[in-house]
Amino acid sequence: MFATAVIVFREVLEAALIIGILAAATRSVPGRSRWLLGGLVAGLAGSALVAASTDVISAMASGVGQELLNAGILGIAVLMLAWHNIWMTSHGKALAISAKNMGNAIREGRQENSVLLVVVGLAVLREGSETVLFLYGISASEGAGASSMWLGGVIGILAGVAVGYAMYAGLLRVPMRWFFAATGVLVLLLAAGMASQAAHYLIQADLLPSLAAPIWDTSAMLSENSIPGMLLHSLAGYDPRPAGMQLIFYALTLATIALGMKWANSSPSK
Amino acid sequence: MNFHLRLSTLYRQPAATALLAAATLCATTAIAAEGEYALTIQDHRFQPAELVIPAGKKIKLSVENRDATPEEFESHDLNREKIIAGKSTITIYIGPLSPGRYRFYGEYNEKTAQGVIVAQ
Repeated sequence: MFATAVIVFREVLEAALIIGILAAATRSVPGRSRWLLGGLVAGLAGSALVAASTDVISAMASGVGQELLNAGILGIAVLMLAWHNIWMTSHGKALAISAKNMGNAIREGRQENSVLLVVVGLAVLREGSETVLFLYGISASEGAGASSMWLGGVIGILAGVAVGYAMYAGLLRVPMRWFFAATGVLVLLLAAGMASQAAHYLIQADLLPSLAAPIWDTSAMLSENSIPGMLLHSLAGYDPRPAGMQLIFYALTLATIALGMKWANSSPSK
Repeated sequence: MNFHLRLSTLYRQPAATALLAAATLCATTAIAAEGEYALTIQDHRFQPAELVIPAGKKIKLSVENRDATPEEFESHDLNREKIIAGKSTITIYIGPLSPGRYRFYGEYNEKTAQGVIVAQ
């Protein structure tokens, strides 16, 4: 039961943290809860679909379909998060401080909300399909202990959701003047971490050179299996044994989005 | 005429044989350079549980899951993870590795599905 709970927790954690951060970051965007929920439902439906067609996906693109799918999902999520962060830098403050032109806010909010839907949907899709497969494996295996494993699965899901909610609630307590900086940095790190993971999948598929792997090995100091390691992996893309190419993806994404935010902040487009 | 023909076949045959030999040689070296290895999963166990591969070379590993339930090939040491649906086979690229032992496991059945890749 415990092992099951840990596995499911690990899968749920990343999606839950992403949703928690995004829910907080878009607190001032009108109608965002409905879109968050929409993303969640779409992601869950997609998970079941991906899980059911795992063998087909694996066989695609001469055996590296799974890596391509994951890298693709991550790539789109990175673009969306970049757009979100840059958009929030230029419009978020205005949205939060005054409800000035309500019609304008809703129109702009709708754009932002569709981004929200996509990112949440993709996050749930990626982590959810693995959870679905795992739970399917449990239910298909011999009866003895199956119910306790199911219980473990439920505990894992609840624990993951709890951490995501804690992230959300914690961020809402951040004073308004730090709030946008805080959520901005978190989303920036999420995006860079995802870019690094995308590179990881492309290396695994032999579509990108690793450029020396691993560059370092900090697994003895901070294991990916420890709770802090898991959190850091989900939040900032921590990898105890990164390949050179992953670092390049990470740094480029970080720099590009940071520059975009700086540019959006300084351009007088209001 | 006849003589010519015979001479030409005489000439051609070794040439063809040499060509064939060269092609075979190329093919075998290509396969060797490719470095393909295979693992199977049965009853939630890896076979072989220990796989020896050359260090400093990229290899192509195929993992066949003979069980009906899905498995995830996972290795922190190798920085690899990939889902294998029930009754199917996946391909995964590994390395180049420096000499050493690299543990891997099946995340969905970690108790029994354990293995190690030895690079030497």
